[in-house]
This record gives sequence, structure tokens and C-alpha cells, in this order.
Amino acid sequence: MDCVGLCELVNNLGVANEATARFIGLMIGVLLVSGVPLITVVFLIWAERKVAARIQDRIGPNRVGPLGLLQTVADLLKLLGKEDITPAAADRLLYNAAPVISFASVVLIWAVIPFMYAANETGARMGANLEDGVLYFIAIASLGTLAIMTAGWASNNKYALLGAFRVVALLVSYEIPLVFALLIPVMLAGSMSMVDIINAQSHMWFIFMAPLATILFFVSSQAETGRAPFDLIEAESELVAGFNIEYSGMKFGMFFAAEFLHVFTNGILIAVLFMGGFLGVFYQAIPILGFAWLGLKGSVFYFISLWMRNTVPRMRIDQVMNFNWFFLVPLSIINVLLTALILKVMQVTGFAPTDLANSSLIGVLPLTIILLAKDMVLIGAILGRVGAEGREARLAERRVNEELVAAAAGD
Amino acid sequence: MEVLNQWAFVGVFLLLAPVFPLLPIGAAALFRPSKPNVLKSQTYECGVETVGDTWVQFRVQYYLYGLIFLVFDVEMVLLFPWAVAYNQLDLFAFGAGFLFIFLLADALIYAWKKDVLVWK
Repeated sequence: MDCVGLCELVNNLGVANEATARFIGLMIGVLLVSGVPLITVVFLIWAERKVAARIQDRIGPNRVGPLGLLQTVADLLKLLGKEDITPAAADRLLYNAAPVISFASVVLIWAVIPFMYAANETGARMGANLEDGVLYFIAIASLGTLAIMTAGWASNNKYALLGAFRVVALLVSYEIPLVFALLIPVMLAGSMSMVDIINAQSHMWFIFMAPLATILFFVSSQAETGRAPFDLIEAESELVAGFNIEYSGMKFGMFFAAEFLHVFTNGILIAVLFMGGFLGVFYQAIPILGFAWLGLKGSVFYFISLWMRNTVPRMRIDQVMNFNWFFLVPLSIINVLLTALILKVMQVTGFAPTDLANSSLIGVLPLTIILLAKDMVLIGAILGRVGAEGREARLAERRVNEELVAAAAGD
Repeated sequence: MEVLNQWAFVGVFLLLAPVFPLLPIGAAALFRPSKPNVLKSQTYECGVETVGDTWVQFRVQYYLYGLIFLVFDVEMVLLFPWAVAYNQLDLFAFGAGFLFIFLLADALIYAWKKDVLVWK
């Protein structure tokens, strides 16, 4: 291995031999990469509370620090002083491990996220440019599911166990449309590396080529975070607090922070996979601007998911499961099949480039128009069907009401 | 060698990631009070004493979802290489991938017809 980058820097300081320098360089790299999510989570909690407050016509935190920005710090200090109760019946090892795994799994996703453009062989400033970055994301994301399951089971509490069972049903089911939606950017870019996926979008973002896959990914990732309208795993009105009922103090805080961070991480992932990540005006000339573009794009989806959380009521468990198995899963399979078919036919006939990254705007335009038209037809058909069913239900309700009124008048 | 370097980063990250949540939990241990007693460490079920064992056999529905998920997840892992190589595939490999997805859809239709997907 060459000793480049941070390793070279440490080596030049003359602290140690090359092997130690490499390890210290990697440590510094990890701290730099993980610093981004760890610092943002403090502001995310503030942003979340502010947005929720505005939607509910309140002001939100505004006392601690300017605009209430330091509210999270105050909350953190309060949590430090809270007693940490471990129930006597709990499985102590798993009970204590669950919040740690939950938070660590979200931070680990950031290892494969490209932050900004760099003129090195990777093509981006990031943690690790894995050749199978997308697969790494799927693997790490299921660790979070496992942590919640562990927490529910180890608490030895009936509400927590019910929450854990719902995790099995809900989070595991919604992983199928999530992964199917992920197939489409991988197929278009011809690579699982996050940097290659971004480079393939340099002429056209995938959100224009695959809006349906973007929506499918967004909805199922919202379900993966276990938040409203999919917050069945901690449904307050049914399970008191669900899987985290026995947790208190800092361990509860870690579950909480992991959830907030997960939502923002999903926004950043959509930005990378479908919105071109750090691509934007002057992203090559001023790399830090690329970082800002990434943050901006991620924040848009973060805001939409906060909006959803605060306006859409919780669904019942049967509605959630039927929505997934009878709608999202078949739709995502059909979407993959149609996209694959169109892509192959256009490539064979020569209307679509086989290498999106080295194409041009004119080159990708026919493919974009056809794929966009396909998604619009699918979305239109779905909305039409939903609208027709809704109209039918309203008419049936009105008929029943009219009959009741007529019956009452007849008496 | 370059590939190994990238995975070395992930390895160090895997070692360090649990430290981030452990730090505040450990710091809290220095400040927080710790006065457990028998009543406090009882299982919390809104004041009612817990009845019977919690770790019991549960309804089969959840396991069925888990099983169907397993089918999909394993097949998905096999679909990703197909998607990565998609731009270079000849028509035979393209057809093979389609056949594979149809088999996958067939499993879904079977489960659908067997009514195991309906929440009961």
C-alpha cells in the first residue's frame, strides 16, 4: 500500500514508522468523516423541533442560545444527569448493546458517502470508495433493524416485545421495495460505487430518469426509520413507547439521536443516488461548494420527511402491511422490469449510451424522455385508480347517508 | 492494493463507531445517580404487575413475513451483479435476468394466493 494522503502527512511529522502512521492516518480520517454526522445531529434535533413547531403553529425552542440553537446541548446535559434503570428481568448484555449498535449503524453509513469533488484517483473526498458501496449501505442499514429487534426482546417487557415483533413485520418488509428501488441507479450507472453513481449523473440526475424509483426509495426509507406515518414500532397509543419503553437516560438518548440522524442520512442518500450528490454549479472549482450542494439537496428531502411526519396520521398495522405487500412490492418489481426493458432496447438500437458518465446531455436526453414518460404513465395510472376508488367510496357513503335520511324522514 | 486500503478504512471505522455512543453513555455513568431498588427495577407495564413469561411462542404471521423476506433478500443479492454488469450484457444474460425476476415474482404471487400476505 502506498502511504498517501493523511498517512503521508502523519509520516512527515516524523511521529512513527509507516505502519503506525498509516493507522493514525486512518483514525484521523474516520474521525473527520464521522465528525460530519456527529456535529449535524445536534442541529438536526433543533431543526426537527423548529419545523414541528412551525407546522403546529408554535415557535419552538427559542430560549437557550441564539434562536434556541443550544437547546440540544441543554437536553444533552439533562440526559447526563438522568438515572439509568436496567430492569431486573432484562438480558443485560443485549439490553446494553442495543443502543450502541443502533447509533453506530447510522454513523457507519457515512463511510461511503462522497462529500465533495477531489482531483485524486477516487474522484471525491470521502471515507472509503468501496466498489460495492450500495451493498455496504444495505448491510449496515439492516444492522439498525437488528438493534431495535434486540432492544425489544432484551427488555423482557410485553410492550417492548410487541414493538420488536412489529419491527420484524414492518422494517423487514419495507426493505424489499427499498432494495428494488436501489437496483435502478445501479443499473443505470453500471456500478455499485457511490462515486461512479454520482459521475453517471453528471449530465442528467437520476431523479429525472427514475422519479418513481426515487419516490419508492423515499417512502420505504421513511418506513425504515420507523417514523410517522410508519411509527408502529413505538406507537404511543398502542404500545406505550414500544421497543424503547424500558430505556432511560443516555441509552434512550442514543436511540433518539440515531433516529434523527437516520432520517437525515436517508435524505443525503437520496441526494447521492438520485440527485447527483455534490454535483452543482462550480463543484469542481470550489470543492467546498459541492459539500454545500450535497447538504442542500439532502435537507430538501429531510424537510419533506419532517413535513410528512407532522401532517400524516399513523397507519394501522394491517394498512401498513397491505400497502407494502400488495402495492409497493409489485410496483417496484414492475418498475425494475420496465426500466430494464426500455434501457436494453434503447441500448441495442443505439438511442441510449452504455456509459452515462462519458456521454453528453444530448446523448442521454432520449433515454431520459422515454424513462420519464414511462414513470409518468405509471404514476398517472396509480393516481387515477386511487382517485376512482376514493370517489366510489365517497359515493357509497353518500348513498348510505341518503338512505338513512330517507328512512328517518319516512318515520 | 487500493481496494484493500478502502476496506482498511471501513475496518477502522467499524472499530471506532461503537465508541461514539459509548462515550456519552460512559460519561453519564459519572454524573447520574444510581439507586436501584426492587420496585424500581421491576418490568414497567404502566403500574400493573407483569403476568407470566414474556419470552413465549408468538403468532406465526410474523415468521411468515420473515420467511418471504428471506426469499426476496437472497435473490436480491444475486440480482445486484446483474444490474452492475447491465450495460455490457448480451441478450441471453438479459433474458436470464428477466426469467429470474419472474421466478421471484412467482413466489410473491404464490404467497399472495395462499393469503399469507394479508394481515390477520
